[in-house]
Amino acid sequence: MSLQSLDVIRRSASTSSPPQVRETMEVAKLIDVSKCIGCKACQVACMEWNDVRDDIGTNVGVYDNPPDLTDRSWTVMRFYEEELPGKGLQWLIVKDGCLHCSDPGCVRACPAPGALVQYANGIVDFQEEHCIGCGYCQAGCPFNIPRFSGKDQKAYKCTLCSDRVAVGLEPACIKACPTQALSFGSKEDMLDLAGERVAELGQRGFEKASIYNPAGVKGTHVMYVLPHGDPAIYRLPVNPEVSPLVALWRSGFAKTLGVVTMLSVVLAGIFHYMKVGPLEVEEGGREKGGRAP
Amino acid sequence: MRPLQQMPPRSDPNLLPRYTHGERLTHWAVAVLYVALFLSGLALFHPFFYWTSALFGGGAFMRVIHPFLGVALAVVFYAYAARLWRDNAFVPSDGKWIRGMFRYMNREGEDVPVEGKYNAGQKYMYWSMIFIIAGLLVTGILIWRPYFAPSIAAPVKRSAGLIHAVLAFIMFVGIGVHIYAAYWTKGSVRAMTRGTVTRAWARFHHPGWYAKVSGKGGP
Repeated sequence: MSLQSLDVIRRSASTSSPPQVRETMEVAKLIDVSKCIGCKACQVACMEWNDVRDDIGTNVGVYDNPPDLTDRSWTVMRFYEEELPGKGLQWLIVKDGCLHCSDPGCVRACPAPGALVQYANGIVDFQEEHCIGCGYCQAGCPFNIPRFSGKDQKAYKCTLCSDRVAVGLEPACIKACPTQALSFGSKEDMLDLAGERVAELGQRGFEKASIYNPAGVKGTHVMYVLPHGDPAIYRLPVNPEVSPLVALWRSGFAKTLGVVTMLSVVLAGIFHYMKVGPLEVEEGGREKGGRAP
Repeated sequence: MRPLQQMPPRSDPNLLPRYTHGERLTHWAVAVLYVALFLSGLALFHPFFYWTSALFGGGAFMRVIHPFLGVALAVVFYAYAARLWRDNAFVPSDGKWIRGMFRYMNREGEDVPVEGKYNAGQKYMYWSMIFIIAGLLVTGILIWRPYFAPSIAAPVKRSAGLIHAVLAFIMFVGIGVHIYAAYWTKGSVRAMTRGTVTRAWARFHHPGWYAKVSGKGGP
């Protein structure tokens, strides 16, 4: 029952499926890059709510601070200066963090039962008490998101404030955003909102504006509105998908085929012995028994 | 009172030495490490076998020790293998032995006399382990958290993880054949447990080696 009341629909490395019948609303966060002013209130709210404090870093010469996601910085503003044809110099600000894929590579790759779960509302969440620190999730993730703590060797990333969402609140970053660059709601509503915004941007000269909700991972529960359209400009993977290598390596079929084959080798030995018998040598040096009749 | 070293008598004229103390101890060190590595790797290979992690104090501790055991196995294995490689060099008659292998396994027809200390099947086992363990060592280091994996690019780790799993699978099959062949061929296990084989065993299975070590001609 515990999995049911949590509405867990997928659990890493498990031989049985969690209860599937209950259906809850899929949620999503929409990041409208065209409205973001790079104030980092979302970064601060994330630290506040989740009680994580990163080490004091050093100035790397740009606004990025910290310069990368860490086990204690689950979301990071990334600042890019891009010369775009016809648009001149553009300052692009991209809020990086977990996209909460519908087909999460981390969950597929994880070998520790229940260290990663996917809720019916679409959130993908580490359950760190089950994490063994192997790092397979990092190989599985197409977005380079999970980070390990040097303190406990466990993986951390954005939880989409699963604890807040579970009691009907929006994630902390949404609450803190002063420009409404961040929105939160049902995935359906967020797609509508994104569609409206893309149309609006189109009228204002951003003809290539697009929604980033990549189909290769069956859509995500963190989506972007990209005013210049091409995800590559924003350093987002253009066609992200779970690598075929990971799909094969961690596929239930391949692993089960491997185990069945290994058991077959043991069985083949037993049956060979029962049919052919041992190869024994008599003291005189001749083979004992000879061929079976 | 009798002196202990004489019971049982050490130099039975019917026995021929096949493996030294050093060779036997390194072989069994490899074997023990292999079993530990196989059981801990199996938990990561398929969730059906995750319970084997309990043998290692839980998943997290198992993840910590598996790579150290792996490095230990590689070190001991190559130290052992370095002593055997000359006897495992291929000779022309090995091809003939391999072609007759299935008849040999079914104890049918004439067997092909073995020239050296090892038959061609044993040589293939030796060389396959030389390459598989090297592959497992390299791919294992590439995905070894927290020491090496953090500085390796994700696409490399994906390939390394897949290759590691495939090689481990091939190794299991190979070691399975190795163990069964030793059990099936009566008189072989004692070579590795006690260091000696009977003259009759040597004459039948390895006539060339028998002739060399006993100074007598083959059958």
